[in-house]
This record gives sequence, C-alpha cells and structure tokens, in this order.
Amino acid sequence: MTDLCKINIDGTEYEMPGELTLMQACEETGAEIPRFCYHERLSVAGNCRMCLVEWVGAPKPQASCALQVKDLRPNRDGTPANIRTNSETVRKAREGVMEFLLINHPLDCPICDQGGECDLQDQAMVYGRSGSRFEENKRAVDDKHMGPLVKTIMTRCIQCTRCVRFVTEVAGVQEIGLASRGEDAEITTYLEQSLTSELSGNVIDLCPVGALTSRPYAFNARPWELDSVQSIDVMDAVGSNIRVDSRTGRVLRILPIINDDVNEEWISDKTRFVWDGLGRQRLDRPYIRKNGKLSAASWDEALGVAAGKLSGDTGHIGVLAGDLCDAESMKALKDLCDVMGIGNKDCRQDAAALPAHSRGAYLFNSTVAGIENADAILLIGANPRIEAPLVNTRIRKAWLSGTTRIGLIGEAADLTYEYDHVGVTAQDIADFTNSTKGFAREFQSARRSAVIIGMGALAGSGGARTLKACADLADGFGVITDGWNGWNILHNAAARVGGLDMGFIPNDGSRSTSEILDSAQSGDIKTVYLLGADEVNTSKLRDAFVIYQGSHGDVGAHVADVILPGAAYTEKDGLYVNLEGRVQMGVAAVAPKGEARVDWAIIRALSARLGKALPYDNIEELREKLFVDHPVFASIDHVAASDERLDLSGLGDVGEPGEEILKSPITDFYLTNPIARASATMAECSDLIHAEIREAAQ
Amino acid sequence: MVKLLEDKDRIFTNLYGLQDWRLGAAKERGAWFGTAEMIGKGHDWIIDQVKASGLRGRGGAGFPTGLKWSFMPREVGKRPHYLVVNADESEPGTCKDRDMMRHDPHLLIEGCLVASYAIRAHACYIYLRGEYVLERYRLQAAIDEAYAAGLVGRNASGSGWDFDVYVHHGAGAYICGEETALLESLEGKKGQPRLKPPFPANTGLYGCPTTVNNVESIAVVPTILRRGAEWFASFGRDNNRGTKVFSVSGHVNRPCNVEEALSIPLKTLIEEHAGGVRGGWDNLKAVIPGGSSVPLIPKKICDTVLMDFDALRDHQSGLGTAAVIVMDKSVDIIKAIARLSYFYKHESCGQCTPCREGTGWMWRVMERMVRGEAETAEIDMLLDVTRQVEGHTICALGDAAAWPVQGLIRHFRHEIEERIDLYRNDKPVFVQAAE
Repeated sequence: MTDLCKINIDGTEYEMPGELTLMQACEETGAEIPRFCYHERLSVAGNCRMCLVEWVGAPKPQASCALQVKDLRPNRDGTPANIRTNSETVRKAREGVMEFLLINHPLDCPICDQGGECDLQDQAMVYGRSGSRFEENKRAVDDKHMGPLVKTIMTRCIQCTRCVRFVTEVAGVQEIGLASRGEDAEITTYLEQSLTSELSGNVIDLCPVGALTSRPYAFNARPWELDSVQSIDVMDAVGSNIRVDSRTGRVLRILPIINDDVNEEWISDKTRFVWDGLGRQRLDRPYIRKNGKLSAASWDEALGVAAGKLSGDTGHIGVLAGDLCDAESMKALKDLCDVMGIGNKDCRQDAAALPAHSRGAYLFNSTVAGIENADAILLIGANPRIEAPLVNTRIRKAWLSGTTRIGLIGEAADLTYEYDHVGVTAQDIADFTNSTKGFAREFQSARRSAVIIGMGALAGSGGARTLKACADLADGFGVITDGWNGWNILHNAAARVGGLDMGFIPNDGSRSTSEILDSAQSGDIKTVYLLGADEVNTSKLRDAFVIYQGSHGDVGAHVADVILPGAAYTEKDGLYVNLEGRVQMGVAAVAPKGEARVDWAIIRALSARLGKALPYDNIEELREKLFVDHPVFASIDHVAASDERLDLSGLGDVGEPGEEILKSPITDFYLTNPIARASATMAECSDLIHAEIREAAQ
Repeated sequence: MVKLLEDKDRIFTNLYGLQDWRLGAAKERGAWFGTAEMIGKGHDWIIDQVKASGLRGRGGAGFPTGLKWSFMPREVGKRPHYLVVNADESEPGTCKDRDMMRHDPHLLIEGCLVASYAIRAHACYIYLRGEYVLERYRLQAAIDEAYAAGLVGRNASGSGWDFDVYVHHGAGAYICGEETALLESLEGKKGQPRLKPPFPANTGLYGCPTTVNNVESIAVVPTILRRGAEWFASFGRDNNRGTKVFSVSGHVNRPCNVEEALSIPLKTLIEEHAGGVRGGWDNLKAVIPGGSSVPLIPKKICDTVLMDFDALRDHQSGLGTAAVIVMDKSVDIIKAIARLSYFYKHESCGQCTPCREGTGWMWRVMERMVRGEAETAEIDMLLDVTRQVEGHTICALGDAAAWPVQGLIRHFRHEIEERIDLYRNDKPVFVQAAE
C-alpha cells in the first residue's frame, strides 16, 4: 500500500496517498479545481496555469495538476503543508490566467459549436472579469486542415496541447504538434495533412474550447436542444459505451461515455461519425419483389409471403444472422428456428472457425482492460488497430509502459507500436511453437503471455486447422495459468459473441454459413432468411428466395425477394455481448424509420403468421426467457469469470496448416457494415485513406 | 576608497585574451595544476569546499553551487549522472561566459572534470549558445588538446576517473538557457521548460540525475580548490562571497568584462573599470544591474548600491548575471524597456498561458506608452498585468518579462505620465533613441 501523507486543504487536515496530485487530493475533499490542459488520461503538461492553488509559505502559487502530495514539505513547525484552493491569492491568479486566455480568444460563442459545453465558457462565468482591459488587436490564426472529421477554428485555440498529447500518446501517430513559439505558437498537423488516426475524433471531445469541433456535426444543433441516451456501439465487438444525441427523431451526434473497463473515454472515428449513415439508404417500409423488381408492400403482405416460404420443408431453409444484431432479435429468430425445426442457422457470416462449444474458447479472456497487464502479446492474423481500435490503444498502453513485448504472425501493418514480426502464414504458427529464439524466448519466459487471434486466422477454409495450431501454440507456451487467461479471440462483429452464447449455430448435422451459401447456389437450399446479414457473398443467393430483415438497403436487400424493414442500433433497446463476454444494454434513442419495426417484434409477428407464436409479447418477457435459457445474459455490465480452467485441447481440426498469408478480413476500416457504407462521412474517410495508399504506391 | 581586486587574486587571468589560450599557456597560468590531487580527496571534500567557499551560481539565480551538487544522489544507481554546463549565454547585456570560453577555455574544461567527479558524473555536456560559432571552435580545440594530453578522457588527468566532455551547439533560442528547456533541447526536443518537480538532480537529462551549472560557476571551481575555500570566501560580504566577472556595457567610456570582488560598489565598478559614465556620473539615468531581466535602478540608488545578490535584492532588483547596462540621460527609458518587452515576447516559448499571452500584451502597451498613446490609468493596469504574469508560469521567463516593466513603473512612472499628458494635450512627443 502507498504511503499516506498529511496535508491541510482549506483548513482541514487530511491523509492522502503521496502519489496523488494536489488536484486529485483537493478534489477528494470536494474542492473544485478549474483546468484546461490537464486530462486524467494524458500526460501532465501543466501549461494552462488555471489550476493554481496556494501553498501557504511558498513564494508562488502552484500548478496543482503537476505537484504531488508527497512533494509538499511540511511547515517549519512540523504541521502539514497548507493548501488553499479558494483564497484571495488563488482567485486572483486564476482570474489573471482567465483574462490572458480570453484576450486573444474570439468572442464568437454565438456561432461556436462548442457553445453550451465549453470549458472556457463555463470557467469564464466563475473567473472571468466583467469587462475587458485589452485594448490591442486580437490575434487571428489561420485554420488548419485536419481532414474530413475535425474542423478547426484555430483562433479559438488556447494552446492547451491536449490534442497533441492525445494523438501522440494514445492514438500513437505523431501528427499534431505545437509549431512556432510564444504568441505565434499554433497547433497544426504535419504539413497540414489529414489525420490518419482512426481515433482522431477524440480530439474534438478533448478540446476544451471550440478550436477543434466535429466537421460533420458543424452548425447542426445546440447541445441544449439534444435528447441524449446512453447506449452501446455496434461498429466493432468492443461494445464502446456511447451517448447518442438526437433531435426530432434524428441522430445528430455520438459521443463516448466513460467506462474504464471498456473504452475508457475514447471511441473510434467509425463509432463517432457513422451517424449520418443512419439517415441514408434506409429500409422504411416492407417490399416484395414482383417481376424482378422490388415494390412497396404492406406488412401484412410481406409477412404473408415470408411465412409462405418458411412453412415448407425446413431442410431447405437457411438462416443467417448479421454482425449488428441485438441479442433479442437473434434469440427470437433462434426460438423460431427451434419451433420450426430449422437447423441450418449460423451467426458467423465470415464462416470463422470459432469454437462454439466452450464459452471461454471464443472470448477475449484477458479482458479489454486486462490485456494491459500482459507481459508479452502475440497477435495472430489480427490487426487490432482496425478491427478493434480501443483494444489497440490498450496494447499500445502496455507497450508504452516498456514492460510488454509484442509479436505478430500475419500480414504486417502499422499498429502504432513496435512488434516482432515472427511469421505470416498458419505454418509459421507451428514453427513459432517450436521456436526458442528471439521473441519466442521472451514469450516463453513472460509471466503473463497472451495470444490474440483475429478473424484473419480463423476465417476461410483452413480456419479450423489454424485454430488447432493456435491452440497448440497457446498450450505450449502456457498462456493460461492460475489467475491469468491469455487466450483471446479478437472478434470484429458486435453480435458474434451474443450469437455464440445463445447457440445461434447449426444444429448437429445441419449446415453452416458457407454450406448454406453453397447449397443455395446449388439449389439445395431454397429459402434464405438474412437477419441483417450483409457481409456474405450474396451472388450465391441469386437462385434462392431471400427474406431480408434489416435496416439498410445494402447488398442483402439487393438480392432480397421480401424485405422486412428493421431498426438500426440506435432505434431499439437491445443487449449486446462484447468480445470479452460483457453483456451491455443498448437503449433506443429515436424511433425506427417509417414503417420499420424493432427486429424481435418482426420475428414475433412472423411466428404468429406461421402459427407458431413465440411465447413473449414484450421485450421484458423475451429477455426473461433469454435469461432463463442462457443465464450469461442476465449479468449485465459484468464479465463473468469462469471457474473452470479453459481446456484448449480439442479445439480446431488436426491437419497441415495453410500457406496463405493471415491477414485481417477488414480491408477498409470505414466501410465494414451497412450503416457505415451508407454514411457519406465514412465514404469520404475511406476515399482519403485510399488516396493516400495510392499516393504512397506511386 | 574601495580596494579593488588585485591581479594576484584573479581567477580569469586571461579574460582579455592578451595571452595564448592554448593548453601550454593555460598551464603556465595555473590551470590543470594538481587536478588529480583534488580529485583524490574525494567527492565530498570537493562539495564541502565549494560549500565553504560560499560560491553562488553565476547564471542569474544565485543558488549555492555546493548545495546544488549535494542534491545529486550519493550513489550512482542504474541511471548515470550527468553534468550539463549552461553556456547558452543569451541574456541581453551578458557576455562574460563568452570571454571565458574563448580566452580561458581550459579553466572551464578542468572545472567540468572536477565538478563531474564531485557529482559522480562521467559525462559532461556543454550546451553552447547557437550564435557562438567561433567560441565553439575555440572550445572544441581546447577540449581536443585536453584529450590529447590525457587531461580528460579515460583516467582523466591520471585521477582514475573516466570523463568525457561534449560540446553541443544550440540553435539560438533564449529560452534554451532555462535549465530544463536546455535539457529538452539537448535531448533533441523543442526547447520548452519542464515542470519542476521533478528537479534535474533527480530526473534530468534523459531522465537521469543531472546538475546544470553556468560556465562561470564551473570554471571557478578548480581555482577555489587550489587556493582554498577561505581565499574565495575572503571576498565580498557575508552570503555574497567570492569574485565575479561583471559585464559593463552601455553608456560608459570603456565597456568591459572585469573580474571583481562581489559587493563592490556599483559606482566604483563603473568609474574604475569602465571609464565612468559617458558625460560623467551626473549624466547617469539608470542602470540595469544584472542582465535585461532584472528591474532597473535609478541613479539615486546607483550612487550607493553594492553589487551583490542581497544588496540589489534589497532595492527590488537583482544581481542576475552581473551584466551592468548603463544608461545615461540621453536614453529614452520607456523605449528601452519596450525593446526588452519585445525581446521577451519574441523569446517566450508559448507553452504556458500567462507568459504566452502576457508578454505580447505588455509589449503592445509599452509600445503605445513610448508614443504616449495611452491613458494614465493604463500604467496601473500594465503593472497589474505584470503581476499576473509574475510567478504564475512554469519557468522564470514570465518573471523576467515582468520585472523590467515593473522597474520602469516603479522608478520612472512620472516620465510615462508626462508623455501621456503631452500626447493627450496634442503636444509633440519626441521619441528618442533607445540606444
């Protein structure tokens, strides 16, 4: 335990851990300390000077963000050091700093998007002078180009350098800096190029003033007009906690919510800026294909046609669940399959060889926060930077601490940290297992080693054999020890773990995703039900009758014969299980578009048409059944620790591992799902990245 | 009549470059004599001697040198210790280190060895001001000589202590003379001061224990050790011991660097060594006694003030680097201080708010006051602004920018007011030369 130091804050004596900063110590006592440059998750800059407190006896006021309690010397008479957070000296000092910040800050709050949620505005209410003494001309600064996401109005900048520190430390790209010096100092990107980080949007939240704002959201709304709900992101399998802001039924903004176990305080750019995709390409009414063309229909007609197709021989029916599905809709669909006797169902669109029989075998067992504690990490066929950016920040954090070494088997990529590239193919996994040199030796000697296996290793025909190789490797290096489980599957679909948890996989002897698709092509499967499944090869579905239930007119809807319009993730309450097995509850921010309905209710209605009505009439009853059938769903916001030690033997298929390069299945970070593909912002980002790749290739 | 420092008591015997700077001549003047024996007496002996000599840092702040050295860890742990010599002499008016380095470089190099040994460092970096190009050649040549003669390097001077010394050329930013900004710059980063704590003695260059000293503080150490702490302490008043090189510039008949005992009266210094004020003592208007960052003192104070840390502090100024800038009555004092304000605005690193914003504000108001285009009430506002900068910044540049203005208002408020009145009454305002 840490040493406690005595400290007197505002006249009361406290005992505080020595490594607390004065700011933290003062806040513990309830005193409020204003700040601009200080941020809990970034290094301390101490440059805004707003957090000054008085240390009685010291010649100058002290920056409370930078001074630790243990740095304080007791008074000469031995009494603990006196800190004043509200004395006249302190008030005067802060007023001075506030005045300096404001002399060159434009008074354009009425047209500033930060207005209403601006740190400078708020603190000026407390520490601002009533009038200005500054008679000189104000400084103007040229706006900098930072790409399609971050809008800059640099005259507003107060040079707190939060953005610089975030981009350098957390995002891991050195692309923002403070150029020039003195009053000419300006925040800029390197040669005014666009930011290439997938986390760049976070600088908007970090900016305490309106210098960096959201370009897509610019001039859209005022914060006080917005309705907010707390929900869960589905853009990747991390399950970032988000706040969805909407006005008059339209989602206008998505912001992160702090959850130290999951996304800390960050979200990826896809999570943040995908919202314009929620308003485009929407399926807002049922459709039926007539004479080769989709034409609008009523719910009654559409459900009737769908029910007709589903009531035939269930052996000729295949059901696929997509990547963005909530647990409730999958549960309803699975229940429907069960009562109908449909065995050909799968939630693994990419046909990844995920071991569905044992929960621990398909989870990210180290947990998102726990991966920081690993001493050595081996990535296999994974690019966490684009598959799960917020897992990547954790790995980077571990790497930055200097104690974690990282290795990679698979396609090389810029992961924002250094790694030992120990192989590229599945064959190299086996070779690594038998190796004792280089990174293998470090991996062997690490007290807590972890493998992170991506879908790039498990998808494809050789996935099961690769899985076996991975399991052998993990076994050989002992990644699972008492109190540490270093077996991690890096999912990239938000629905995947939930689907596996409820057993949305083929019944014994039934067909899996690739078999369903192949059978549909060969004519063996006549009807395919796609629940938001758009990442499959739909060209194989041309001859089958396709029932598509989903929110966006993407590839699935293009081949559909009946479209049942569902709700996007911001329009329905739903449970999602993230890659570490954490069940989280999403909440509807707005209503589904047009005639669209929440997905579980569509399936419930369909079941009634089939004469096999599911035994629940509202979402509470559905969840009750879900919790009874699959108790893991009942522990919300919690990662259930498994009592049993995970047994890796028996995973995968024995066989010669493949020779193909293990590469991430995600080729374009910005366009991984139907919502993102409908988003103009995401398309712009994607264009930019590809332009840069083209440029680099030339 | 005040007794002047005798030639036999000078440390920098070749300050004017009248003799050869090379190793042979330097040895004849006493450098590198008994270096191994000094080192043989141990780390603590050296530190104790320096403490006993009363040597205070010669770079401006006047922190006791021996005490600073004693903050270094007593054992070398996993991290090596470093000595960094601050030769980024950029304070306007100051030119003492320059002459030491080009005319007496071996005193500095020997001092580096002895000081490094005292703080258990095997490597020393001399951070040289960017503009000092010829000085760099000279210093490097002297270091090469010392290496060739075995005075530094492996088993330096036969002392058994391995020691390397490197010259690093700065890029010409004033702020890099601040010790932590200097360390940042030395590490290859942008020169911005670090937060303290941690202090360099704990976390300095590359995160290792480091002592940063001014050139003069280091260069005087071997002579102190050779002649004894008592000898050095015999000069000056209590708490202001030793000899010091003063740089006298401005409106004197013979601007010069001169080594004198501390606590010499300012008038004596100017009259005896610098040939007196141009046009006689009564033509004196004001003196900036310690480099541009300390508040000026008017003639009335100059008549009697002693040149040491405490005496000048008692007059709300400071000894600083002991760079005496003399201004006679031809000087437009407002314009002179406005020029200094411009300097600090230009050299502010921009890191922390009060200095970044305040230096520009102060300069702009000063510029208006030069022309009289201000309100009388703005004088107090300006004073208030200087107080808002002072003491609220990471490093001392904010203080340095505030003090000259405070000094001006303290002693020459009437001149500012007169000028404002002229302007307000549509009378011509004659702005004189600041030089």
